[in-house]
Amino acid sequence: MKIDNSLPLEYSTEENSLKILGFWIFLGAEIMLFATLFATYFTLENRTGSGPTGAEIFQITPVLFETILLLTSSFTVGLGIHAMRIGKQKAMITFFSITLLLGLAFLGVEIFEFVTYVHEGAGIQTSAFTAALLTTLGTHGVHVTLGFFWGLFIILQIKKRGLTPQTTNKAFIFSLYWHFLDVVWIFIFSFIYLKGMM
Amino acid sequence: MDFFDRFAVPHPSIAIYASMAAIGLTIIAVIAGLTYFKKWGYLWREWLTTVDHKRIGIMYLLSALLMLFRGGVDAIMMRAQLAVPDNTLLDAQHYNEIFTTHGIVMILFMAMPFIMFFMNFVVPLQIGARDVAFPRLNALSFWLFFMGAMLFNISFVVGGSPDAGWTSYFPLAGNEFSESVGTNYYMIAIQIAGIGTLMTGINFITTILKMRAPGMTLMKMPMFTWSALIANVIIVFAFPVLAVLLAMGTLDRQFGTHFFTMDNGGMDMLWANIFWVWGHPEVYILILPAFGIYSEIISTFARRNLYGYKSMVGSMVIISLLSFLVWAHHFFTMGQGALTNSIFSITTMAIAVPTGVKIFNWLLTLRKGKIVFTTPMLYSMHFIPLFTLGGVTGVMLAMSAADYQYHNTMFLVAHFHNVIIPGVVYAMLAGLHYYWPKMFGFMLNEKIGKRTVWLLSIGFILAFMPMYASGLDGQARRMYTYSEAAGFGLMNMISFVGAAIMAIGFVLIVYNIYFSTRYESRDISNDPWDARTLEWSTHTPVPEYNFAILPDVESNEALWDAKKNGHVLFKGDYEKIHMPNNSGIPFIMSCIFFVWGFSFIFSLWIPVIVTTLGIFGCMALRSFEQDHGRYISVKEIEETETNLRGA
Repeated sequence: MKIDNSLPLEYSTEENSLKILGFWIFLGAEIMLFATLFATYFTLENRTGSGPTGAEIFQITPVLFETILLLTSSFTVGLGIHAMRIGKQKAMITFFSITLLLGLAFLGVEIFEFVTYVHEGAGIQTSAFTAALLTTLGTHGVHVTLGFFWGLFIILQIKKRGLTPQTTNKAFIFSLYWHFLDVVWIFIFSFIYLKGMM
Repeated sequence: MDFFDRFAVPHPSIAIYASMAAIGLTIIAVIAGLTYFKKWGYLWREWLTTVDHKRIGIMYLLSALLMLFRGGVDAIMMRAQLAVPDNTLLDAQHYNEIFTTHGIVMILFMAMPFIMFFMNFVVPLQIGARDVAFPRLNALSFWLFFMGAMLFNISFVVGGSPDAGWTSYFPLAGNEFSESVGTNYYMIAIQIAGIGTLMTGINFITTILKMRAPGMTLMKMPMFTWSALIANVIIVFAFPVLAVLLAMGTLDRQFGTHFFTMDNGGMDMLWANIFWVWGHPEVYILILPAFGIYSEIISTFARRNLYGYKSMVGSMVIISLLSFLVWAHHFFTMGQGALTNSIFSITTMAIAVPTGVKIFNWLLTLRKGKIVFTTPMLYSMHFIPLFTLGGVTGVMLAMSAADYQYHNTMFLVAHFHNVIIPGVVYAMLAGLHYYWPKMFGFMLNEKIGKRTVWLLSIGFILAFMPMYASGLDGQARRMYTYSEAAGFGLMNMISFVGAAIMAIGFVLIVYNIYFSTRYESRDISNDPWDARTLEWSTHTPVPEYNFAILPDVESNEALWDAKKNGHVLFKGDYEKIHMPNNSGIPFIMSCIFFVWGFSFIFSLWIPVIVTTLGIFGCMALRSFEQDHGRYISVKEIEETETNLRGA
């Protein structure tokens, strides 16, 4: 395995740079996936049938909490990668752990939000609007859940093996994924919640 | 017994019982054969766990040929049913199932793996690489595709086939009108295969962008590699759309949501729109690599460099962009209004321009060439006029005002077969003959091969030209029979005869493989066609590491330069080569996916949960695994090279 020391550890082997490019392409595919969900949502937004409309069920408080939690976690994962670049393993693991805890808190609020919707008569079977809304939010939530376990495995591997070209590569790719989920959330916040509440 | 009732076929017939027996006997025969010849270990070590792009390619090829047989039988049954008026060979339900499975099998489980076969086998060799960027992901892609295809194929003996057409438009595909689990099979099996295809797309874009031989800039790539790159970009942008669509279809059918229903705000046209946002680019995923293969073959056998290299690349890029802007032309008659129809009419007709550029480039490559009529070349020569005909009828269909006459008639059926068969299928067969010696070390018989081409073309013309006429006369597609007074009898009888001739052509291909395996000479060179690109510069059979020394490239015809202009391809000494290890995880994970899919289709939630955990378990295992691959030593390389040179 040839290691190029002029590059950051996560880019240092050929395999590593292939993996990073491959993951960017995967994120391109993810953009199409969420774009399709958004297109569906915008098409079905006002087709509420006999169920409630967005303005009737959206509440700003939990949504703001979710937004703050996820945006902060995106910041801490960035700090984690910075710590990794300067070789501070302990600081990196701390920042990654904070990121995952914030992610978990986000999921907690989101589950609370879903339960509230169902109590208000907006389940996934209620109307085309609720189906599109909950599928879009749910897909994002599933991504965060998978990201939580993925990040957890990476923390365990770094604890066991230290900062190697392999583990830093995984951590860096994970950070790309986590930032991406944040970007998607910004779209959800702006074009689903804020637009729906107006 | 209630539990087992769900697995019964809702609409059984003798044909289905016969297929059940045939499938059962085949499985027993395969297991018995493997045990008797003690081949289980060989199968596991050399094929099921392989990550070698050449072997994965060959497995794609075998799957594609198997599915070609399945789809072909469907086709013959349809033509036989329609051959005479008021025929009772098939009833309406069976006819619905057969045209549905024919479409899906031929496009997703025959043409797609055939394309994947060429990309897997040819692209790394053509760019001078030792494997793809992510070899293990490549194995997973294949096995997911394979399990998806197998899952789809058991539908007609377990639970019932899908019967809402390959487009599965709602509300027809909803629970109300498609009661059996057939459409669940459609949603889940295609989903599993689609995940595999998406990963192939990511894998090959990375491979082509990052792993080219020294000196091979993007504009020095062989044309097939260019076409594969563009097709994979389309895959990455189109397949997530399909994944979301199928997920929403599954939610509607199995979880009672209202995306596409007729009540509670659901919108049935949303399915048609999103389906074709994926579906039309899908057509170009198939045809662009086919164009790439024709480009290689035509330039090889015209003994000239490809005319208009840059315009070939440019036209493919334009086609890939336009392919995402034409989807509504599939339903001009479904009420989106004159302005929308006009816009989509224009974008559709615009595609004819870059396609026309390609046709003229091929013709100008032939001009003043020293043309050699081999079997692959003969396929290409039949392709140009027949495909152009299909393209012209496509422009007719693109006119939205006139489309009210053609829509959903046999005219449309004739059109898309007219582009897919001479376009895609001929390219696949031409490429099969062309690359066969590189794969297996002997040529396919030329005499039988050329006769097959003529037989296929005659059969094709007889089978599909009458459909243009009967379609304009008003014969609707997907109708299982017609009355004698309708007057379609003669045209459909001619079609049936044509289909039968094509069937003989396909049998002849199988016979050719058998005949050539037995009698053709094994004493062939590494470059039997006198070709121009890198895949012919390495040994036959290709060693595991493809190239002992990575080739040095100066133009898009590196081998031709080496042969005619004294360019030195392989400079330097052997160095140890890093190769990936085999792994059983892709195969095992895909088997779990198969069980997951089957359980999901029948709403058996406990196995679904267990297998979901199994799938994530495999992914976690992979995350913790440390596998740095292995090295092939210089000594081993020297031995292999000496052996291959001696042979």
